[in-house]
Amino acid sequence: MRLNRSVREGLTDLLLAGPATAVMVLLIFLPVGIVAVLSFTDYQFGAASFRWVGWDNYRAILADPFGRRALVNTLTYAAITIPASISLGLLVAIGLHGLTRHQPRLAAVLRAVYFLPVAATLVAMAVAWQMILHPTLGLVNQALGAAGLEGPSWLSDRALVIWTLAAIGIWQSVGYNMVLFLAGLAAIPPHLYDAAAVDGADRPWDRFWTVTWPMLGPVTLFVTVVTATSAFRVFETVATLTQGGPAFASDVLVYAIYREGFVYFKAGHASALTMVFFALVLLFTALKFRVLETQVHYR
Amino acid sequence: MRAPRLLSFALLLIGAAVVLLPFYWMVSLSFKAPDEIFTPTLDLWPNALRWQNYAAALSRTNLLLYLWNGTVVCAGILVFQLLFAVPCAYALAQRRFRGRTLVFGLILAGLLVPFHVTAIPLFLGLARFGLIDTYAALIVPFIASVFGMFLFRQAFAVMPAALFDAARVDGLSEFQIVWRIAFPLALPAATAFGIFSVVAHWNDLFWPLIATTSPDLATPPRGILYFRDRESGDDVGPLMAAAVLVVAPMVVGFLMAQRAFIRGIAAGGLKG
Repeated sequence: MRLNRSVREGLTDLLLAGPATAVMVLLIFLPVGIVAVLSFTDYQFGAASFRWVGWDNYRAILADPFGRRALVNTLTYAAITIPASISLGLLVAIGLHGLTRHQPRLAAVLRAVYFLPVAATLVAMAVAWQMILHPTLGLVNQALGAAGLEGPSWLSDRALVIWTLAAIGIWQSVGYNMVLFLAGLAAIPPHLYDAAAVDGADRPWDRFWTVTWPMLGPVTLFVTVVTATSAFRVFETVATLTQGGPAFASDVLVYAIYREGFVYFKAGHASALTMVFFALVLLFTALKFRVLETQVHYR
Repeated sequence: MRAPRLLSFALLLIGAAVVLLPFYWMVSLSFKAPDEIFTPTLDLWPNALRWQNYAAALSRTNLLLYLWNGTVVCAGILVFQLLFAVPCAYALAQRRFRGRTLVFGLILAGLLVPFHVTAIPLFLGLARFGLIDTYAALIVPFIASVFGMFLFRQAFAVMPAALFDAARVDGLSEFQIVWRIAFPLALPAATAFGIFSVVAHWNDLFWPLIATTSPDLATPPRGILYFRDRESGDDVGPLMAAAVLVVAPMVVGFLMAQRAFIRGIAAGGLKG
């Protein structure tokens, strides 16, 4: 009877947790292993066989100045987007946090407005941006024209295109950061400000540096990592607006994975690009879990 | 004291105007006639509300089909994600078994893996089974949601074990406990996860671009691009009307359930 019962319990555990574990291994961990192996081959989709090429794919991505542009563009995009999106998110959050005390309804409306781009379908919004940024008929260049300035070709100027895409990326992500900062601001106990005032920090600037900024530390770190990993993942705007162009000036890692892998079918090369992308994301995500570990208590 | 407050308010309004600009311009263009769009002068608002662009968007493209595809794919993904994740999360939180820490460790490790990393092998696997360019290709890769497993496990872990013991005494099987007691009690987590999942997959372009080639299987973002590329840019009004119709479900959903949307999407930051 006893053995019977423990067998039955074990079977129940297997039925509850087994299927999820199996699909998780099959759809996540097995593919990660395969892509790591493929990155050392010259495999092409549909080919009958492949050759081991050692680190050749990685050398082409990291060492060759021409092949390196996807990585360089991704890092450039991230370097523009991360600081701008975080500081704007913080500024908006501080503004709204102050406004909530006097005009709670208005603050709620503005919060919804700032968050709207996070929920909206980015591809469709990118098509709208394309109209706004159109060299001759676009709203931006018409406004510049009315002011007597000649507007640039925002999406087909090689020096400008990554900045334009980064601006759209910032537009899209500020609301997300704002929401996290608002939660962080709401969690700061008011008596800390009273204590700071007693110590002589009563101007807004002093209050910010003595209380607000230190208390937001963990939130800021979390926001930084989330903003960074989503900046590394930039794809939708590139695929919609530039396809990596002009002349690869906006070629980024995930778009390069798509093009090399699924347009040119160079699976080996695309796998190496994937591993480089993965390493970049992993570096930042590991940092995030270090932070969470100190705050979330697992049972 | 008043001046800084006024300044910050003004800056907030200007920022909000910039954020709204593409939405506003999209809606404005969607009501404009071609001769209003292609003029050198700037009209911020159409002369009259014209619905022709919407009629054109619906009749000249398969927009309704794209919206339907998006619905099927999002619903399919969410149902399978829940079917796999919820029982597993319950076992991890409320039962003791060998390998429990290992499974939870795998979930945490899985959170570190962005979907893009698995794309090439998943494509190979689906191609082997002849599933490329099917609904299955759009749904299957996402059914193992480690994020869902994590979220539900955290929700179940704070529920009192006595509750489930009482249900067992009443003769309920473990699966009945999962779906009739644990899952309804975890409704806030389920809502957050559901919104996260639907928003992510409705808006996704990367995988539909890879997994499908026939326009009949296009999800809304993919469909918008088919439309734009075919019209080669001289049909701005209908294109903008189509964009409005694609964005509308998410925007309306967000405006109606702001708190739940923000919680769901913000929680998504836990995923790599």
